[in-house]
Amino acid sequence: MSDEAFIELDGVEKVFDVRKKTGFLKRERRQVRAVDSISFTVPRGEMVGYIGPNGAGKSTTIKMLTGILTPSGGRLRVAGIDPSRERTRLAHRIGVVFGQRTTLWWDLPLIDSYKLMHRMYRIPDARYRENLDRLVELLDLGALLDVPVRQLSLGQRMRGDIAAALLHDPEVLYLDEPTIGLDVISKSRVREFLRELNAERGTTVLLTTHDLQDIEQLCSRVMVIDHGRMMYDGPLAGLHEVGESERTLVVDLERELPPIEVPPARVVKVEGPRQWLAFPAAESAAVLVARVAAEYPLVDLSVREPDIETVIAKMYAEQAEQAEKAGSAGNAGKAIS
Amino acid sequence: MGETSASGTAETFGGSRAGEALRAYRLIAGMWIRSSMTYRTSFVVTVLGNLLVTGLDFVAILLMFSQVDSLGGWSLPEIAFLYGLSATAFGLADLTFGSMDVLGGRMRDGSFDILLVRPVPVLAQVAADHFALRRLGRITQAVLVLGWGLLAVDVDWTAAKVLLVPMMLVSGGVIFCALFVAGAAFQFLAQDAAEVQNAFTYGGTTLLQYPPTVFGKDFVRGVTFLLPLAFVNWVPAAYVLERPYPLGLPQWAAFASPLVAAVCCALAGLAWRAGLRSYRSTGS
Repeated sequence: MSDEAFIELDGVEKVFDVRKKTGFLKRERRQVRAVDSISFTVPRGEMVGYIGPNGAGKSTTIKMLTGILTPSGGRLRVAGIDPSRERTRLAHRIGVVFGQRTTLWWDLPLIDSYKLMHRMYRIPDARYRENLDRLVELLDLGALLDVPVRQLSLGQRMRGDIAAALLHDPEVLYLDEPTIGLDVISKSRVREFLRELNAERGTTVLLTTHDLQDIEQLCSRVMVIDHGRMMYDGPLAGLHEVGESERTLVVDLERELPPIEVPPARVVKVEGPRQWLAFPAAESAAVLVARVAAEYPLVDLSVREPDIETVIAKMYAEQAEQAEKAGSAGNAGKAIS
Repeated sequence: MGETSASGTAETFGGSRAGEALRAYRLIAGMWIRSSMTYRTSFVVTVLGNLLVTGLDFVAILLMFSQVDSLGGWSLPEIAFLYGLSATAFGLADLTFGSMDVLGGRMRDGSFDILLVRPVPVLAQVAADHFALRRLGRITQAVLVLGWGLLAVDVDWTAAKVLLVPMMLVSGGVIFCALFVAGAAFQFLAQDAAEVQNAFTYGGTTLLQYPPTVFGKDFVRGVTFLLPLAFVNWVPAAYVLERPYPLGLPQWAAFASPLVAAVCCALAGLAWRAGLRSYRSTGS
């Protein structure tokens, strides 16, 4: 197996039959394409962000990659294995963390769940102890091992779940929304750990998230999916370019003033002494803030990052625009895929 | 602890698939037992409660016999024999496979997916899910009634008759297990159908506690040929008690229970596989 394509998807589709009640016994059948002909490869050791709005097909893709769901079409391989055909064999080589569900035993001390993994995955004793020690240290779980899982905070539980997914030395780790609901400190702790894991062990990581910061701090590559289709696959910087995304600077001034002028930022909203300024994501916020502070009576400020929905909405708008241009220029009226 | 931990992460298919399933079952059941022990008082109370409730079940029959001398032509010891056989067989199945009705809930809240990414058979994990030792309460009561029934019935024990008793318990248990698995498989289609399953399993054991003679012929026919509960105790017990067979079945039918149980298992296994396949192609 070549390292070039550790995870390999070629035209993978997933079509769900959705039955809707339309009457007492009548049902309407409708087909929903959750994943529509997606192709990509991930080489060993890469860390990839897989993002998109709710219902875009992210989780469906992860479920196909882990063998939980069988694709309706296309070819899919992980470590040379067809996940849906050899689910249990693949399970030894992958680790999965679902952000909103836990594999840990609710009423038992955390360590008991790890002991179960030890035996269920048949991890050799020495390897188990070594991995456990390392994970406990890196994820700071020492004080938690004897605490029943139900008493852990969300952030502690997430760290516990990540350790559980890594005890058997998986070659690839899938994380489905690993930072959802976590506070800032827990988030940065999880991110730091994932960076180290990837750097030291060369574990391939594929993570889905809503949080662009996860991607910014972890992934050299990002894939955007919407309506089951791949919208973008490349570096994060490129995504901002494609999406022409803007950040927002919210300033509170001492008093009500007419819209302030600090190009290239433009005021998009004024509400009493508070003003909203949009500026290109690539511009430095620091320079802008310094200028506002120098020229205007500034009381407080905050910077808002563009969220993924906005970026994708922009990508859509842009594609539609291009399609229109192409259509009117070549008179070909072709629909964009 | 004598686990084979020779090969590490990949390709560990030591032992047969059944052995693998049994091992996974043991591991997970052990976790549930430990979980229930964290609430020790609650555990003790539920075991006692279970014993009491199931005990009252037979008291109802005793009360009935304070008014009548026989039920459908069967005496109290004979009814106790029937009751004990059915309840013990069901109790064994209930202990080992009785929590499969939580499957629907697991599919709804998504935690079923977690079972699917583990390297052990899913059926074993689902069967061991919420394993509860408190169910021993039911078995204890059933064994007591069976013991009394065995002592009190008026039977000339032959080798064949003696052999039939453990055969009934094992085959009956397996038939009920198959019912639990088939019910779980049905939950893949209708995730809130756990009650339908309970109607067949709990309902089944309740009706087997009464002699076939109190039921209508068409009903007995259904319970013999469609849902072969009659082979749990009615047919073999008729041989032991030297009573006429329900539906005039041939003599050898009394010994057919293991065969019936095997067929039930095969069908339940197929249903399970079909259910799991449909889940994996449609998701939830």
